[in-house]
Amino acid sequence: MAAYPITPQASLSEILSRYVEGGELKAEYVRVEGEHSAMTVCISASTVGARVFTATSSNGLLYMHEQLHWAAGSRLPIVMCCVNRGVGAPWSIFNDQQDSVSQRDTGWIQIYCRDNQEIIDTIIQAYRIAEQVYIPVMVCYDGFVLSHTMMPVHIPDHEQVRRFLPPYKPHTILSPEDPRTINSVLFPWRRENPQGVLCDGYMEMRYKLQAAFETARTVIADTNRAFAESFGRDHGGLIWTYMTDDAELVMTGMGSIAAEAVAATDMLRAEGIKAGVVGIRVFRPFPKDDVVRAFSRAHAILAFEKAISYGYEGALCSDLKAALYGTGVNAPIHNYVAGLGGRDVKPRELAEAGRNAVALLEGQTMKNETRWLNCYTG
Amino acid sequence: MQENIFKINEKEYIMPGSRACQGCGLTLAYRYLLKALRENTILTIPASCLCVLHGLYPITPVTVPCLNTTFASTAASASGIAAGLAALNKPDITVVAMAGDGSTYDMGIQSLSGAAERNTDFIYICYDNEGYMNTGTQRSSATPLGAMTTTTPINTKQDQKKDLVKIMEAHDLPYLATTSPAYPIDLYEKFVKAKRIKGTRYMHIYSPCPPGWMYPTKDTIRIGKLAVETGMVILFEIEDGRLRLTGRSKTMASKGKKQPIIQYVERQGRFKKMSIEQLNTLQAWVDRRWDDYLRRAEG
Repeated sequence: MAAYPITPQASLSEILSRYVEGGELKAEYVRVEGEHSAMTVCISASTVGARVFTATSSNGLLYMHEQLHWAAGSRLPIVMCCVNRGVGAPWSIFNDQQDSVSQRDTGWIQIYCRDNQEIIDTIIQAYRIAEQVYIPVMVCYDGFVLSHTMMPVHIPDHEQVRRFLPPYKPHTILSPEDPRTINSVLFPWRRENPQGVLCDGYMEMRYKLQAAFETARTVIADTNRAFAESFGRDHGGLIWTYMTDDAELVMTGMGSIAAEAVAATDMLRAEGIKAGVVGIRVFRPFPKDDVVRAFSRAHAILAFEKAISYGYEGALCSDLKAALYGTGVNAPIHNYVAGLGGRDVKPRELAEAGRNAVALLEGQTMKNETRWLNCYTG
Repeated sequence: MQENIFKINEKEYIMPGSRACQGCGLTLAYRYLLKALRENTILTIPASCLCVLHGLYPITPVTVPCLNTTFASTAASASGIAAGLAALNKPDITVVAMAGDGSTYDMGIQSLSGAAERNTDFIYICYDNEGYMNTGTQRSSATPLGAMTTTTPINTKQDQKKDLVKIMEAHDLPYLATTSPAYPIDLYEKFVKAKRIKGTRYMHIYSPCPPGWMYPTKDTIRIGKLAVETGMVILFEIEDGRLRLTGRSKTMASKGKKQPIIQYVERQGRFKKMSIEQLNTLQAWVDRRWDDYLRRAEG
């Protein structure tokens, strides 16, 4: 275990220190001098066969960026919490998801949680997923909104967790008993080993990582199902839905903003608007088939995002449009950037955006533009 | 501890076919230090000449297990290996991080300082060839004053070499030593000693580099010896705070003579644009350092 304190992750690194020093948690805790080193310690400890954990936020995650790629390229089952926070400049300690969303293409599985119970349950699931597909898993949850609020949670029983999560069996262990050089230089072509066997080149290794992501969809769904059977709590596999069976207006988002869309749905339903929510729990691998099914009956879609890909729109919105392209789902998709740098997002604001989307369905044309929720735009 | 060339471990840990350059000082140093460290060692290395020496996947000439890591993270990687081995209750493996001066003096100094402050149980080796040699001889903060590099191509380096060994000494380590492949027994003895000590051990190897320093490949040992005989490089060890000169530096100290640095400088193409003023400044810097270390060794 290695961590460098950063707001709002800091309390997590403090509490884990207390567990380790107090003997409640059997672990080596390396109090590193920065997040780049935190991820490096996890990579190397995992390479010699240990189960590892770290957590960070915001600029800490960005400082790890090089090692995020290295961890994924090394195919190590590292689990990390990202306590989502806006990134500088200018400084903000408050919540949005620009930190983890901007790390989308580093080769990590990303799971977004909507409440505190889901966080603890997802961390347990994350190890089981990572250790099956050898892809690191980032468990993301909104800073302050979830990290600094309390709710009663069920702490899973130790023995039950042990049964659900068998001991880590690494695919390769760096050891003097079986000396090898790991992650050495590759040229663009495949190359024979001394026994004359043609081995993977760089591109084959990249292909295998992508192929593992395809497998990961099933593994994530199966793990969620197995968890629900063992512990009685089902958080959804790749996505979760709320009142979507007959919904004409479907709101979507990741993390706590999707939970707020549930409250907005209740408001809209009370007004007779058939609203529903698709919560994107897993951002990578993108739940491409699940979203096609979930949005197939939608007349209008609203994507609320606490991040933006500058120069275009929210990354979730782009991914969603790409997944729905050519599938017959032709509902207009409204993109809202919301809650950046901790700007409060209220369910009534999401409901208002829903009403506007419904009004636009009455013959008005819709422009492909990103709207900024609760933001003074001049 | 009296070693001689006939007592050195006969086993080889680098097989023929390494991708290092002809006359490479690093390869010589690596060969002897691996002999001293023997089996039950795990290495971690950054992108470097050493990484190139380790060969192209799936073939390596090195028989010691080795984990590649990124440029800034060598010592953190060793921290991770040490923590992982501790968690798995495997205490008898020697963990070694080895990087060049680029990774050690510049980008990796943060993770090195962090690991040393935590007294991580590992040996950190800096092989100092005084520049970013793997990427084509660019300036590093270990490059000496007056040296021409591909990023100081016209004016030469205007600044003195950073004294990283002093920075490492300030971490109050259980063992710190400087050595050179020009003196393999000195190098071997120091690694035999370092292996027996617990905590962070820092080993600094001055590693002559024929293409980077621009001298004929046959002269690696001669250049390495001249570096010591002119006082450019001082061989010593610091154990529990006590400094002791070793090998050739020790005999030079007792006989009270060292050669002028021009003997060293004139044999290397990298110094061909060095001015007289730079030469005098560098000589004064070398003299002051030499006197400092003599005083410390006597005190």
